Amino acid sequence: MIAIIDYGAGNLRSVVNAIAKIGYQSTVTNDADTILNADVVVLPGVGAARDTMDSLVELGIDKVIHQVVASGRPFLAICIGLQVLFSATEEEGWHECLGIIPGTVKRLPEGRKIPHMGWNQLEQKIKHPVFDGIPDNTNFYFVHSYHGVPDDNSVIAATTEYGTSICAMVVKDNIVATQFHPEKSGEYGLKMYANYFKMALGGKD
Amino acid sequence: MLTKRIIPCLDVTCGRVVKGTSFTQLRDAGDPVELAAFYDIEDADELVFLDITASSDGRDTMVDVVRRVAEQVFIPFTVGGGIREVADMRLMLEAGADKVSINSAAVQNPELITDGAKKFGSQCIVVAIDAKRTASGDGWEVLTHGGRQPTGIDAVGWANRAVQLGAGEILLTSWDSDGQKQGYDIKLNSAVSESVSVPVIASGGAGTMDHLYDALTVGKADAVLAASIFHFKTYSIREVKEYLQSRGIPVRL
Repeated sequence: MIAIIDYGAGNLRSVVNAIAKIGYQSTVTNDADTILNADVVVLPGVGAARDTMDSLVELGIDKVIHQVVASGRPFLAICIGLQVLFSATEEEGWHECLGIIPGTVKRLPEGRKIPHMGWNQLEQKIKHPVFDGIPDNTNFYFVHSYHGVPDDNSVIAATTEYGTSICAMVVKDNIVATQFHPEKSGEYGLKMYANYFKMALGGKD
Repeated sequence: MLTKRIIPCLDVTCGRVVKGTSFTQLRDAGDPVELAAFYDIEDADELVFLDITASSDGRDTMVDVVRRVAEQVFIPFTVGGGIREVADMRLMLEAGADKVSINSAAVQNPELITDGAKKFGSQCIVVAIDAKRTASGDGWEVLTHGGRQPTGIDAVGWANRAVQLGAGEILLTSWDSDGQKQGYDIKLNSAVSESVSVPVIASGGAGTMDHLYDALTVGKADAVLAASIFHFKTYSIREVKEYLQSRGIPVRL
């Protein structure tokens, strides 16, 4: 079972729709037991990292996420979902985050339009099953004003260029996290989801 | 490198796309879902749906359109028209829209921008500005209510204020150029784009592929929106993108 964490914000619908399109069912939930019993857990997100963190803490989901990550079960995070996995964010001052990926979320460099909004090329930095059938430098849809800067560069699975090299994807143990939105990245976005859930579910549905 | 976005605009009323289309190969050229899927296959980068239904009954129909589009089309899309309060925004975003566009309601109640941005994030809030060149020719005035109502507000100043209040993007329509097919108002576009920190979508006046090129270069637009050149198949989106690429504009192909 695929659990999509519902923390009262974010546009979950497009993630649910994309997962349905590639042939899987998902459950949108904020129930700790449901999340802890899922085969795959998805943390989607749009909006502000600080608000997201506050909502997760208020619902007690922060602890649940730590448990899921510690259990080794596949965990997919998208956009703000990726950002809250870091140690802290600079958004609206300084705000502690989940601390699962050591590093900081910083404002995009000045000199270009912010948000970074639109289709940009994904440079694949590692070999990984999520990239199966997806050519290097394929365009994916980004919309964000902050970006994660991991302490350990080896967790960066893909980058994109926007004034500087941006960490666009993290792969660390059982975590796959994307700054872009695969569910809004057309055919190749759906391909990436299909690759991911095939890998994560290992034949289950 | 971030690519420039090409965005077809679909006017919807009572659940149907209007303003005429020549998509004869589609079973039903007026079905928004079918047209959206067609533009997706054609490599449109985003879509804008403008709800031009006047009645509140029509609003439920629009929510249904948004829901059906979101189930079938996996590129970002914006919904505008008739969004007057945060509850309207929530309805469209929960149905699956990625962004909402507000126009007259933002002028009347600028706090709507801030309230929406706080609730859903700036990236969801597009402020649409209809601008008309002033009689003296030294600036542009904001019009509301589908261009019927002059406001006396300076368009460049309003764009800046909207961004300060939380707008994540500006959809800028030249009322002088709209429907004329003589090109976008390049001066208006560059004036706004240079003065705001967020992306600007140029709208109004596309007639040739050079017009799109000009808006993206001299006009400094981050994206271009067009309706009739795509609906009447003057050009396909792919054709436009190949042309822009041949002239050095980064596009997604």
